[in-house]
Amino acid sequence: MNIHEYQGKELFRRYGVPTGEGYPAFSVDEAVEVAKKLDCGKWVVKAQIHAGGRGKGGGVKLASSIDEVKQYSEAILGMQLVTHQTGSEGKKVNRLYIEKAGSIAKELYLSLLVDRATSMVTFLASTEGGMDIEEVSAKMPEKIGQVSIDPVLGFHPFHTRQLAKILNFKDKDLQKQIHSFGKSLYTMFVEKDCSLVEINPLVITEDNELVALDAKINFDSNAITRHKDILEMRDMDEEDPAEVEASKFGLSYITLDGEVGCMVNGAGLAMSTMDIVKLNGASPANFLDVGGGATKENVTAAFKIITRDPNVKAILVNIFGGIMKCDVIAEGIIAAVKDVGLKVPLVVRLEGTNVEKGKEILNGSGMKIIAAESLKDAGEKAAKAAKAAQTAQSTQTVKATSVAKGEV
Amino acid sequence: MSIFVNRNTKILCQGITGKHGSFHSEQCLAYGTQLVAGVTPGKGGEKFMDKVPVFDSVYEAKEKTGATVSMLFVPPMFAGDAIAEAVDAELDLVIAITEGIPVMDMVKVKQFLKGKKTRLIGPNCPGVITPSECKIGIMPGHIHKPGKVGVLSRSGTLTYEAVYQLSQRGIGQSTCVGIGGDPVNGTNFIDVLEAYNADPDTEGVIMIGEIGGSAEEEAAEYIKQEFKKSVVGFIAGMTAPPGKRMGHAGAIISGGKGTASAKVDALRSAGVTVSESPADMGETMASLLNG
Repeated sequence: MNIHEYQGKELFRRYGVPTGEGYPAFSVDEAVEVAKKLDCGKWVVKAQIHAGGRGKGGGVKLASSIDEVKQYSEAILGMQLVTHQTGSEGKKVNRLYIEKAGSIAKELYLSLLVDRATSMVTFLASTEGGMDIEEVSAKMPEKIGQVSIDPVLGFHPFHTRQLAKILNFKDKDLQKQIHSFGKSLYTMFVEKDCSLVEINPLVITEDNELVALDAKINFDSNAITRHKDILEMRDMDEEDPAEVEASKFGLSYITLDGEVGCMVNGAGLAMSTMDIVKLNGASPANFLDVGGGATKENVTAAFKIITRDPNVKAILVNIFGGIMKCDVIAEGIIAAVKDVGLKVPLVVRLEGTNVEKGKEILNGSGMKIIAAESLKDAGEKAAKAAKAAQTAQSTQTVKATSVAKGEV
Repeated sequence: MSIFVNRNTKILCQGITGKHGSFHSEQCLAYGTQLVAGVTPGKGGEKFMDKVPVFDSVYEAKEKTGATVSMLFVPPMFAGDAIAEAVDAELDLVIAITEGIPVMDMVKVKQFLKGKKTRLIGPNCPGVITPSECKIGIMPGHIHKPGKVGVLSRSGTLTYEAVYQLSQRGIGQSTCVGIGGDPVNGTNFIDVLEAYNADPDTEGVIMIGEIGGSAEEEAAEYIKQEFKKSVVGFIAGMTAPPGKRMGHAGAIISGGKGTASAKVDALRSAGVTVSESPADMGETMASLLNG
């Protein structure tokens, strides 16, 4: 789960991590009001969406007067902000964060994550702040340093010394500041079950103070139930409605931009099914793992979510029953089709537990189903069906256009 | 021969009285697995299916029955603690099936495992099976066939797919191991490859990886340096977009790292025959064994 920058900074303040002074605003009036409350001459108006690269996309502006705060807030609030992480359609800005602008002497980079290689919570630090860290990692990997924290030992002074070295802090005062900074961040990361905390940039102000100018925090969704306070920060507007709907039914669903809807059990098989669709010249419309213990109701919900996507030209159901029973899948599909109908070709491949029973149920349903005998067969048939449906549709569109023009 | 488990392995099930634990314990018993004990704190003294004794702790179950391996179905929020108990009781092997354990819990468990005698497989894995001898986990037993190919994977159902493709072609399996799809897990590809390398009855291995992390690249390096047997590789997630978590907590391309193509390249350069399509894993192994 992700949260907004202003929520991240609230959490930082709770743990004693220094940030700029600022407030969220949900309207232009509110933005003006909080700007007045912040006793200063320069403000930063920041769009709050769950994506990076907001500055480049025009979602972050420096205002030198209350009038400018108003002007920028009007421009940003409600805009469709496009960054390298949002996709071409961008994300609508519904919230702002107004912060007192500070004087920056130097920009640095600091993040924390769970490193798979060491299986430990690990700091990544770099003197190259403010720019895309992936770019730094590609162009000058030697500029990024890593400090892993043993969970039994916790954050220690020797970790501070390593961080200070990476960040080139010779000044005693900065060394002291990075110690309390690192310790607070580590405590927060562990206590709140974070999966990523990224501060880019971490700045040294002209007064030689270390301040987190940004806050990007992701939480481990497996642990979120033990953090009610974090769960309250969830912003549904930032999430794909289809993915939210799917998660209510215990389904793991991700929207993609292809035309073959996929319903599969197991994450690995689901990814492979997407791959085999692609190998046959079509594209997957989604990733969908119904999981192992899905009920008929879950399967029905899954099928409905897939059919709701207007880009879907064919559906491929690929089930290798282990815990999942093929007859449950069959019943779920039939229930969904009864409810919402079936407008596109359906290719079904069933294997494993109760496969005969599943096939019997589908055959007896009177539904038009293209049966596939193997994974290979399923991939080929689904791609072929999607292409045929697309061709038929484009022919229809041509006809319709011709009719409109009075050509037929 | 086989790796990790065989017909003589005595196992206990942690979480035997739960929904998943009881269902799969029954399946494992039916397969012929020597399931000799169950553990559920507070339910000691009960009997599972009128024959398997249930104990309050792993220590007691081990002492009274001689079980050396745990199959673990404890719910995610309590699973870290349960794994640690099994490690503290000095079992040889813990196979954690549970999905959805908080990563921070696993970070602690992983540290606790250091220097201990216990091997952890999983969590979030289908388990381990030596066909016709011992099934520990949730895989459908009937698709397997005893033989000489090892199947090693981060994914569950995709492992079944590979096994099925092998069995359909008359190729049996020595031992199939699912290491799980979580970012912090007990046993990695290399640990299992080392075991296959030492097993005289494993002639070849299908290794199934997926996007995210660098475990496949590290395994490729090991295969290049040390591994003596034929390997067929497949990487799932060629079409997965960056920044999106594909079901498994570990399956995510981030920072331009963990892509399918980088993994395929690493495997190829180590002499692994990579199957482009998930439908050709069995066929590729068949032609390697015959060629």
